[in-house]
Amino acid sequence: MAQDGGNARLFERRAFFLGAIQAGAGVALLGRMAYLSIAEADKYKMAAEDNRVALHLIPPRRGWIVDAAGAAIATNRPAYAVDLIPSLVPDLEAALQRIAAVVPLDPADRARILEEAKDLPPSAALTIADDIGWDAFAALNVELADMAGLQPQRTYVRHYPDGDAFAHVTGYVGRATAEQYKKTKEPLYLVPGFRVGKDGVERSEDAVLRGKAGARRVEVNARGRIVKELDTRIDVPGHNVQLTIDRGLQAFAAARVGNESCSVAVIDVVTGDIKCLLSMPAFDPNVFSNRIPSQLWKDLQADEKKPLLNKTLQGLYVPGSTFKPVTALAALHEGILPTDQVHCSGAYRVGNNTWHCHKRSGHGTVNMRSGIAKSCNVYFYTMARRVGPQAVADMARVLGLEHKFDLPMPVQRAGIIPDPAWKQERYDQKWSVADTLNMAIGQGYVIVNPLQLAVMTARIATGKIVEPRMLAGAPQKAFAPLPVPLDYLEVVRQGMDDVVNGPGGTARASQLNVPGIRMGGKTGTAQVRRISAGFRGGAGVPWKYRDHALFIAFAPVDNPRYAISVVVEHGIGGSKAAAPIAKDVLTYIYDREQAEKRLAGVLEARERARVAAEEALARAAAEAEAARQAALNPGAVSAAPAATPAAGTNRP
Amino acid sequence: MMGGLLNARWPQRILALPWRMILTISLIGAFAVVVLYSAAGGSMTPWALNHAVRFTIFLGAAILISQVPLRFWLNIAYPLYGVVLVALIGVEVVGGIRGGSQRWLNLGFMQLQPSEFMKLAIILALGRFYHYLPRGYASKLPGIWPPLALIGVPFLLVMTQPDLGTALMIVAGGATMMFLGGLPLKWFLIPGGAGLAALPLVFNMLHEYQKKRVLIFLDPEADPLGAGYHITQSKIAIGSGGLFGKGYLQGSQSHLQYLPEQHTDFVFATMAEEWGLFGGIFLIFAYGIILNWGIRVGLSAKTLFARLVAVGLSMTIFFYVLINSMMVMGLAPVVGIPFPLVSYGGSAMMTVMIAFGLLMGIYRQRDEEHI
Repeated sequence: MAQDGGNARLFERRAFFLGAIQAGAGVALLGRMAYLSIAEADKYKMAAEDNRVALHLIPPRRGWIVDAAGAAIATNRPAYAVDLIPSLVPDLEAALQRIAAVVPLDPADRARILEEAKDLPPSAALTIADDIGWDAFAALNVELADMAGLQPQRTYVRHYPDGDAFAHVTGYVGRATAEQYKKTKEPLYLVPGFRVGKDGVERSEDAVLRGKAGARRVEVNARGRIVKELDTRIDVPGHNVQLTIDRGLQAFAAARVGNESCSVAVIDVVTGDIKCLLSMPAFDPNVFSNRIPSQLWKDLQADEKKPLLNKTLQGLYVPGSTFKPVTALAALHEGILPTDQVHCSGAYRVGNNTWHCHKRSGHGTVNMRSGIAKSCNVYFYTMARRVGPQAVADMARVLGLEHKFDLPMPVQRAGIIPDPAWKQERYDQKWSVADTLNMAIGQGYVIVNPLQLAVMTARIATGKIVEPRMLAGAPQKAFAPLPVPLDYLEVVRQGMDDVVNGPGGTARASQLNVPGIRMGGKTGTAQVRRISAGFRGGAGVPWKYRDHALFIAFAPVDNPRYAISVVVEHGIGGSKAAAPIAKDVLTYIYDREQAEKRLAGVLEARERARVAAEEALARAAAEAEAARQAALNPGAVSAAPAATPAAGTNRP
Repeated sequence: MMGGLLNARWPQRILALPWRMILTISLIGAFAVVVLYSAAGGSMTPWALNHAVRFTIFLGAAILISQVPLRFWLNIAYPLYGVVLVALIGVEVVGGIRGGSQRWLNLGFMQLQPSEFMKLAIILALGRFYHYLPRGYASKLPGIWPPLALIGVPFLLVMTQPDLGTALMIVAGGATMMFLGGLPLKWFLIPGGAGLAALPLVFNMLHEYQKKRVLIFLDPEADPLGAGYHITQSKIAIGSGGLFGKGYLQGSQSHLQYLPEQHTDFVFATMAEEWGLFGGIFLIFAYGIILNWGIRVGLSAKTLFARLVAVGLSMTIFFYVLINSMMVMGLAPVVGIPFPLVSYGGSAMMTVMIAFGLLMGIYRQRDEEHI
């Protein structure tokens, strides 16, 4: 019994002990819970709010880019897109498979998405497809409503109504790069629908166009689905940017130029307003602003007409004869009289070397006016040697060559105006007579861009240091006068008038048919590569070795208002290829109806030529096929495509 | 007439039931229904209604169980243990054939989880063992190895399922019984110390996902969006509830699905978010009343079997509450132990209600000197 009692006491002790453990544990648990819900309550309340509320940035609507009259060059178009938050998706590939049933995704898209998902910040969204259309948007909302992390979005897509005609002016927009995000930590850069300017005005005026993001506070569940809208701060749209460009003029010029590799710059010489800054062929900025298809990008890069290059500002050309007015002004500036005469025998001798004029028989006696009109090389050789290379180079710079202008464009290339000091530094060589002669006629080291040519023309036309501008609304500055007497300039202008309107002028075919308006100009032809003397890069050589055609002009001659430069790459001759374009573009300004009519004619002829070329191609292919069939055993199966003869017919 | 009726056998028996405890446990069950209604986003389906029906049926069953003579439980203690053990092996075999881990035995009409019953069977079997163990033998080898074997075999079987939480509860229940049965303290202290020393070894034997859970328990913030998610979100739910909670149906953590398993293993956090610390105090106090009653029942019982089983069952229910609460409050790794009677699910509720029924049975027969 004593043992029993001992056992009972042992049990009671131990049962009490366990009861005490229970009580102690209960107190400990409540203590822990009190610690969490009192001492750390604030921390966890914030964490719960962080979970519950997500801040969705609303990309600001981008400001428009409009032309001088307010016509839209770049606008926004409402669109639908679908984003996905990869961190909420257990199996991204399976998710894409499901989405692909509603929105077609090609393998390249999928590869890109999987690639981008790899180094995405956690909880950031990724664009699966842009601009998917209402039907797909609605279908996604219904059919994939349960999918975690899927976010069908209403967005705005940048829209360029005229497509490629303004591609190089506006540039395009695109996703911010990872580097941009790392540098600024701007959260907007992670919002899939947000775009930054990538080129042109879109890029240089990005801060003005961008606006301020709105924000939507939403209640989201653990799968990233929006459960409830809490409140919204709407976005502040970006400011519009008004350009000096004339949308109608540039669109016309683009149509007129067609598929030529060509640039056209038009300046209002009174205000400095750039009315047209066209570089063709170009790309479609609408396509670029979504996502640039890699094949398209490769094709554009490989295209020998360089559609990705803004030729008006970055294309550098040997100016050829269009440089001659510079030499003329330099001569006048150094005291040579316009009436001073030079005899052109067709050749110019220095020591043992002979330089030829383009007219082998010579121009006879020429003065400054007829020298410009006839583009006599010997006259300018003579003048340049009299005044020296430095004078010519100085005048070129005064006229705006080798200069970058204050324009809202990210890249301008200044080109080169050579002088003895430059050559010494660049090549460690002494300036030679040959260099002087080459520079006199705009050959050799001289390279300029088409806008500079237009500015040069504007300055010659007005006698003022016209500063070009592209942004409308900037205060108008009075232009300083050129350091050249006005009556000297008049001589140069008369020479340029004769080029178009005088007897024997090189661009007579391109006279304006507008009553009371005459155009003065200067043609130029620039060799693309040095070919043995006397051989020009004409129609007989492959396209890429043909000479560039240049033309500069201003109108009206008696009271200049517009200056224009046209450069047709590999166009062979300034008078044949470039001047007609300048004529039509200026005609558009003064007589739109006539210009449209002429354009219709040009387009018709172009279409005829295209059809003819196609027929010739088909004919040649058929002939080649027939020839092969004859050569082969009758009845043999011919599997090879008729590709070989096509190459031959490409050469006109 | 009335007096005669009340003095009849059945009304007397009904009056003798521990109504205060039945009321307390009903309050817990009712509160659970309220919480599950909110967990479903303010809906009786799919959980709250089921829970209410099940709770009512099981409470009725518990009252019926309380009317079973203790003799019956003593007699079937070993056979019951044997049947559950066979079922555990059966689960292993079926799992081995099907491949992968297996905890359920499909009986056609219901999914049976034998490991759940082992928690009760081990208490009854060890109760019987000590009941018949001659005095003084508890500290001798013949009194030590059989309980160890009775505990060890099901422990290993459940461990291989793998179900760490349940395996630990079987060991805890068995150790409780050995402790109550009179095993000298050194037998707890020495293996306890050895076990502590062997922890790294045990850790290495764990499955990959179990290791991960343990590591994450030690540092949940290391991977808040990944594997530490459960614990982190649960702590956020409890902490953000504050003193009085966010208000009924206002829990963002549960309604927006940040809280995983908001109706089962983490139902305590779902509750705490909306009811705050006071909800927690209510639940833990309610269980405190029941567990304390269970121990007092054991202390007041006359037979050893009744005493051992009563305290053992109280401890079994206690382990549920303790492990689950520690888990949701970030004091223990995530192991699949539900909060009894509040978490949605049938197996655990059945176990706890059977235990409650047994406790009421012992309470009814506490004065019986012999079985």
